[in-house]
Amino acid sequence: MSLRLSSPNPRLLRTRVGREERRLIVAFLVPALLVTFGVVLIPLLEALWISFHRYSLTTPGRPFIGLANYSSALVDPGFWAATWRTVYFTLVSTGLELVLGLMIALLLNERFVGRGLLRALVLVPWALPTIVNGMMWRWIFNADYGALNAILLQLGLIKDYQAWLSSPWVAMNCVIFADVWKMTPLVAMLLLANLQVIPAELYEAASIDGAGPLGRFRYVTLPSIRSGILVSLVTRTIEAFKVFDIIFIMTRSGPANGTQTIAYYAYTETFTALQFGKGAALSYLIAVFITLLALVYFRLIREEVQA
Amino acid sequence: MSGPTQARLRKAGRRLGLHLAALLAGAFILAPFAWLVISSIAGPSDLLERPLRWWPAHAGLGRYLTVLTTTDVNSAAYTFRRALINSSAVAFGTTVLSLVTGVPAGYVLARSRFRGRQALTIFFLSTYLLPPIALIVALYVILSLLGQRDSVVGLILVYSSFVTPFVVWIMRGYFTAVPVEIEEAARIDGCSRFETFWRVGLPLATPGLVTTIIFAILLAWDEFFYALILTSSLRAKTISVAIAEFSGQHMIDYGMIATGGVMAALPPVIIALILQKYIVQGLTAGAVKG
Repeated sequence: MSLRLSSPNPRLLRTRVGREERRLIVAFLVPALLVTFGVVLIPLLEALWISFHRYSLTTPGRPFIGLANYSSALVDPGFWAATWRTVYFTLVSTGLELVLGLMIALLLNERFVGRGLLRALVLVPWALPTIVNGMMWRWIFNADYGALNAILLQLGLIKDYQAWLSSPWVAMNCVIFADVWKMTPLVAMLLLANLQVIPAELYEAASIDGAGPLGRFRYVTLPSIRSGILVSLVTRTIEAFKVFDIIFIMTRSGPANGTQTIAYYAYTETFTALQFGKGAALSYLIAVFITLLALVYFRLIREEVQA
Repeated sequence: MSGPTQARLRKAGRRLGLHLAALLAGAFILAPFAWLVISSIAGPSDLLERPLRWWPAHAGLGRYLTVLTTTDVNSAAYTFRRALINSSAVAFGTTVLSLVTGVPAGYVLARSRFRGRQALTIFFLSTYLLPPIALIVALYVILSLLGQRDSVVGLILVYSSFVTPFVVWIMRGYFTAVPVEIEEAARIDGCSRFETFWRVGLPLATPGLVTTIIFAILLAWDEFFYALILTSSLRAKTISVAIAEFSGQHMIDYGMIATGGVMAALPPVIIALILQKYIVQGLTAGAVKG
């Protein structure tokens, strides 16, 4: 993080100029703070308060129960099943997006006819609204009329139409596939930006030193795209841990809870079971998981910047 | 075979492989969306055939016309039209509010030196970590009390809470990149602090502004979860919610849902294709800077 500062002199603040600067700071910050924290902070505190109560629309009264919502969530097998599903979703989708994104970035960095066009088109999946993307893939995976079944059958790869979204594990991987299709372009663009600034001399020097294609990739390409990989990793895992929309549109967490992630579990507890207290506790647990993840990344980024 | 010929062959093979890979990637990227577009113009019976025909026998733009003109208030087409209007209003309002609040904040976080500046920057960023589900119950109650549940204004307010930090972050990066000497020169020429921002800092950060506007629109247009919970009628329902609602029903008109999907996808896809340069810039600037 490198910041160049206009007035490193603290004495300035006491002068007329300093007073004007102070007024500007307040006037420029307060609206953003109001809009952001006014909408976030109050609900967040409210949710914390709710999470300490047995607050349910199905039973009368709202007794204070301390951390009971948290402890019951932590011993709830449903919660852990949803957590592990989320971890699976996160690891597989992020991993695939990184590998495929790197392959596409390497391709887009080469010279070929139509490169400009492909570079533009690659953003299309990313630009699709999440709900449209999920709806589109649900339609493609459709058991009776889906394009996937049609193409596999016409190629002779399957004998009968398959109900892709009807078995828990297959459905989870179908959702992951849809997510990967949409988000890989983002990773590809980030990595391509890194690739484009690698000086050609580095590759030449590596060649002279006797490095083959693999050696050049290992010792020139990979180190140069570290920041892109790190940023992709951070944003994709955090997003994946919160994943809800694409599951709602594709499977509604089914079949047999096979695609129920923790955000979806918290949603179900809150809006289907109407257990507001437990729902609030669950969302706080999600926030804790993500914060832990972010702290790990924060350290990694600091090391990266120092390196 | 002599050496040079072999090398030429290898080079030709490499070029061929490269073009094949590009074709494959292009097909993989375009085919699913192309199928959505085809589904939207296919006749109802075309979509239910086995073996499936890849180009419909009865193609037409009828569904698009229906969405644009229908007066049947109970139809999916009518809901889609209203929802598209709502989504546009929400995206517009969110973009304006987030820019008005976020751009100045990004500026002082980049330029002014004061205690707590770093902490504030991290505060703004940390809102990204919160799962929306953590806020939704209280937001529902508060917006109901204010009479702004199921309203476009309510959604704009909620969306601005997560778009503004994004604007702050991106603009802070762009303002940091503007050479401070230019602003100092303006100060010496007698510009007030605000004029320096308005006449010098902001114009120099115009590319950042374009990028930020694009991302604000895309973020607001794409949002689903808050809209799902906070809207219930045509007053404020967004296009994502309308699509989710109709595709969840038992008797599904896939052709019509595909039409709604294509119409919902068009604004962001067109923006991405035309303003690609700014998007790529924003992706890398927001990420690499800071």
